[in-house]
Amino acid sequence: MKRFLKKKLIIYLVTIVFAVTLNWLIPRLMPGDPISILLSRLGGPGTDQAQIESFFRRSFQLDRPWYEQYLNYWKSLLTGDLGVSIYLYPKPVAAVIGDAIPYDLLLMFPAILGSWFIGNRVGALAAHSRKTDSRVMPLLYALSAAPYFWLAVLLAWFFGILLGITPVQGASSIFILPSLTPAYILDFLHHWLLPFLSLFIVMAGQWAVGMRNLVLYERGSDYSRYLKSLGASSKLIRRYTYRNALLPQVSGLSIRLGQFLAGVVATEIVFSYPGLGYLLYRAILNQDYFLIQGCFLFIVLFMVTANLVVDLIYMLLDPRVRMSLTGEEA
Amino acid sequence: MKTAGPPRVIFSRHEAVLAAFSSPKLFGGLFFIVITLVLSILAPLFTPYTPEQIAGPKEAPPSAAHPFGTTLFGRDIFSQTLYGLGATFGVGFFGGLIATLLGAGLGFLAGYYGGTLIDELIMMAVNVFLVIPLIAVLIIISAYLEFRGFVLEAVIVGLFNWPWAARAVRSQTLSLKNNEYVNLSRISALPVRKLVWQDIAANMFAYLILVFILQFSGCVLAAATLDFIGLGPTRGLSLGMVLHEAVNWGAINLGLWWWAILPGAVLTALILSFFMVATGLDEALNPRLRRVRGVI
Repeated sequence: MKRFLKKKLIIYLVTIVFAVTLNWLIPRLMPGDPISILLSRLGGPGTDQAQIESFFRRSFQLDRPWYEQYLNYWKSLLTGDLGVSIYLYPKPVAAVIGDAIPYDLLLMFPAILGSWFIGNRVGALAAHSRKTDSRVMPLLYALSAAPYFWLAVLLAWFFGILLGITPVQGASSIFILPSLTPAYILDFLHHWLLPFLSLFIVMAGQWAVGMRNLVLYERGSDYSRYLKSLGASSKLIRRYTYRNALLPQVSGLSIRLGQFLAGVVATEIVFSYPGLGYLLYRAILNQDYFLIQGCFLFIVLFMVTANLVVDLIYMLLDPRVRMSLTGEEA
Repeated sequence: MKTAGPPRVIFSRHEAVLAAFSSPKLFGGLFFIVITLVLSILAPLFTPYTPEQIAGPKEAPPSAAHPFGTTLFGRDIFSQTLYGLGATFGVGFFGGLIATLLGAGLGFLAGYYGGTLIDELIMMAVNVFLVIPLIAVLIIISAYLEFRGFVLEAVIVGLFNWPWAARAVRSQTLSLKNNEYVNLSRISALPVRKLVWQDIAANMFAYLILVFILQFSGCVLAAATLDFIGLGPTRGLSLGMVLHEAVNWGAINLGLWWWAILPGAVLTALILSFFMVATGLDEALNPRLRRVRGVI
């Protein structure tokens, strides 16, 4: 158990170091001088070129030897200094990201957990009943193949424009300030519904399709045949197959997460929902390099944390996992 | 050195072909892919307009003259979709090819040297790349690249999609490598390169095709998402970029639903078709899945 955890922790540590190094390296590897590239891209009205240039010179420290630059980059990261946002000057990047993250958590947690539980239930149901299978599965296949952003656009048009019952922009109405009053919470939920649904539906479809095949596989395995031949009730067999099929779905969570994250970014853009994805989008449009870098680090940090949680859950559920990493898998 | 003689191989091949022909999933998916491919290659024959041309009235809903309607500026969305499909196919194909080759190569190595340091290192790389999302890396790269083309997009999408292929190929290799014919090749001092190619890769050919199809659709989806976010190529046209334009100009709020929804529907149907082909092929080529389905 300890060995497994240790190995995983080393992998995640390497991941973080790799991500930070990438973040530091990419601007320095690109052809030309990064500072002049950034300045040439900025050049909008109202930006103080000289001030920003001196700011860039200080942050990049290109006159120092590379190892010193690299160490200094780590030093400032570890003290929580991610630089200053240019587009929201002079707000620090860490503060800008900190404002966006609660919106993300409120969107992603319910979508991931809800779709996982409901998708798996529907998939298992389809595997057991031919009727459900032939009626529901084609739809679920189509939903699981839909790009997140396309479904988001579809929902926005149908519910927001055609029926006119939901707002299609932002996380709350302009005239209500964020606070813990019932009026604000209701308003937030009203705005939150469509982004949530577009993430939830696609992901639930994917879980259901996966679960259906897994349960079918389990039903064909020796233990369920044996149970059947013993005359066990179908309810019992269902419970056993469901539990066994659930395990790969837990580890599947960490594989789907990357794609899901891309979906979150795209969905937030469709609905102008003020999470990290929408922030990133605006940072790209405004060439706010430090903000982009900060978002990148936070996305990687989120992925590492999520993967670690999935690993821990998996370990709790399946003692065999110890073997899979220390010995042969097959 | 295989245990299976030629007659058996022919028989099982016929069996697989038979199963493939009887699979509506495989047929339907393949049909749609071929149709869209032909439409995109011969786009000038099927539409009188070019994607940039002002082809008709502004904001026109779908009609006989403009099957997908026109944009805010009067451009024909049907021709944009047809021309955009070409880039979508190209990026998917080359990205999928890169990801499959890289993933299979590293998967063979890791599987063949299972349990050694090489395996450990490759699997560590796999895990690191699985955790770092492609989209985040691309954002960083694109923030600095003045010009981005479709080739670059294909390469990057491919470079970040290989890990699960490597993982899948590795576990297949692990189960194949203890066969007697592999041992025989090993004790007769066949070089590793040849051994992997003749004894392991040759036996996984069908599986590799399957991996390629899944990678193809995975790369199509990844590239479409990047294009949609606005990180796609700086010039040219793809399905994702048509959708990006639509959302950027507020097509939904203006009520121009056809601008965003119809090209997106084509994209969804395309990804679904790949998915169907992969599932159908899996059922046709994998006797175990066939049997399982027969039981239920």
